[in-house]
Amino acid sequence: MFEYVAYTLLKIICVVLPLLGMVAYAVLVERKVSAFIQDRVGPNRVGPGGILQPLADGFKFLLKEDYTPDHVRKVYFWLAPAIAMIPSLLTIAVIPFGSNLGRQKMVIADLNVGILYTFGIVSLGVYGIVLAGYAANSKYPFLGGIRSSAQMISYEIAMGMSVIPVFMIIGSLRLSDVIAYQAQNGWLALPFMSPNQTASTYLLWPFTLLSFAIFIVAAFAETNRLPFDLPESETELVGGYHTEYSSLKFGLFFMGEYAAMIAISAMMVVLFLGGWTLPISGWYEPARTPLMGVAHIAVFLLKLALLMLLFIWVRWMLPRFRYDQLMDLGWRRFIPVALANIVATALVLWFRSA
Amino acid sequence: MIVQRRKLSFWERLYLPAIIGGFKVTLRHFFRKKVTMQYPEEKWTVPPGYRGAPYLVKNPEGRTKCVSCQLCEFVCPPKAIRITPPGPPGAPEVGNVEKAPKEFEIDMLRCIFCGYCQEVCPEEAIFLMKDYSLTGETRKELIYNKEKLLALGGIHHDKIRKWEKKAAEAIEQGMRP
Repeated sequence: MFEYVAYTLLKIICVVLPLLGMVAYAVLVERKVSAFIQDRVGPNRVGPGGILQPLADGFKFLLKEDYTPDHVRKVYFWLAPAIAMIPSLLTIAVIPFGSNLGRQKMVIADLNVGILYTFGIVSLGVYGIVLAGYAANSKYPFLGGIRSSAQMISYEIAMGMSVIPVFMIIGSLRLSDVIAYQAQNGWLALPFMSPNQTASTYLLWPFTLLSFAIFIVAAFAETNRLPFDLPESETELVGGYHTEYSSLKFGLFFMGEYAAMIAISAMMVVLFLGGWTLPISGWYEPARTPLMGVAHIAVFLLKLALLMLLFIWVRWMLPRFRYDQLMDLGWRRFIPVALANIVATALVLWFRSA
Repeated sequence: MIVQRRKLSFWERLYLPAIIGGFKVTLRHFFRKKVTMQYPEEKWTVPPGYRGAPYLVKNPEGRTKCVSCQLCEFVCPPKAIRITPPGPPGAPEVGNVEKAPKEFEIDMLRCIFCGYCQEVCPEEAIFLMKDYSLTGETRKELIYNKEKLLALGGIHHDKIRKWEKKAAEAIEQGMRP
């Protein structure tokens, strides 16, 4: 029992601290990528090539005046940044980020309802933003909060429905089972990444690919990234829900956004891109040596980094959706398509078993 | 006026071509040569005729050209120039013997680099040069005095050489030893 608690605490520390580091460096990557896309150089003054820029940013957030406007609702104003940050950190708890090191499984909590837990926690993320909009007690944050509540709730439905086919195919809600299935039968989004090819994986490919497409778009909406950054939309709402925030409280919203991106990217890696597996012999079964365990973690992080790069890249590529277009896309396109996808997958699975 | 919106085809409404086009454009720009100039390390070449900070100049013999007529002080729109007139007597060989500034100050914090002083100067003694970023830690540091202005201005090689001609003429007519 003691051993279990000690190892879990150790795992929490070893996950959360690097996660915060990744958040800091995701900001740097965002700034660099945006600069390169716009023919600029980007931050390059702090450290060689700007590599220490996150440190400078962090200190700046820390040293700025933490200003609380007179007209805000104080309790919620203080509560909102924390609520925006915490869900993304909690989501990481169920993500299997590697196979095993020694006898320890590389996941903080291997819940048998992993995905339900994730969706439950991700839904909490909306409270941070809505509360921030409400607490600020002024018009722009208020509009941002209203927009985010409608947007995140509607896209959560599409997101939830898009993963149902995945679990119908696999037959388990435990995320380590999802990875075990993908290790044998090919990644759900890319079935050819598989050690032993079977016809049945290709049979289901169109449905899993559609699931992946809906999930990734919903993930963009869920993390308030462009083209769906309506709660924030600097050009219309000043800063959206965090207009009235400064200093470290603003920093928490900022970090929360990137932590949410990392969390949702990790979900996508686990659900559709095979987690820590690679279709090379030895790389798709749980590690027997510690070195292999580390290699598996590296594979997971590599896939995560590529997805993060996609998130960042898209932001500098697509213009923002109009609000009615966003709602239209969510309710009149994705939800029916996701529903049809569930039915179609069920039919295919039924015919296959019959 | 009603703007007729073009009906989009199914392929266009699918939004995928726009996404692919976006990837292409951003990828092209990603590897393009960057346009940023690394300012303090590399600087742009100042074009001729640029109006930077005004400095005083000397003639090729090393004599201060300014005769402290105070026209620049008078014309200066932000009143950045202050001249204290009775300066030390100049060399007797040249014409403007009786006039030189005792002190000549330009407050660079007030100066708007308009160039009126250069335009109005009858002696061509003050020029707007190429310096555009003047820095200092106190306000006092940015009030440039005569020595500093002359040092920064250097020697002006002009073709007219008004006083030398006048001196030569005077000697010719026996007005001057």
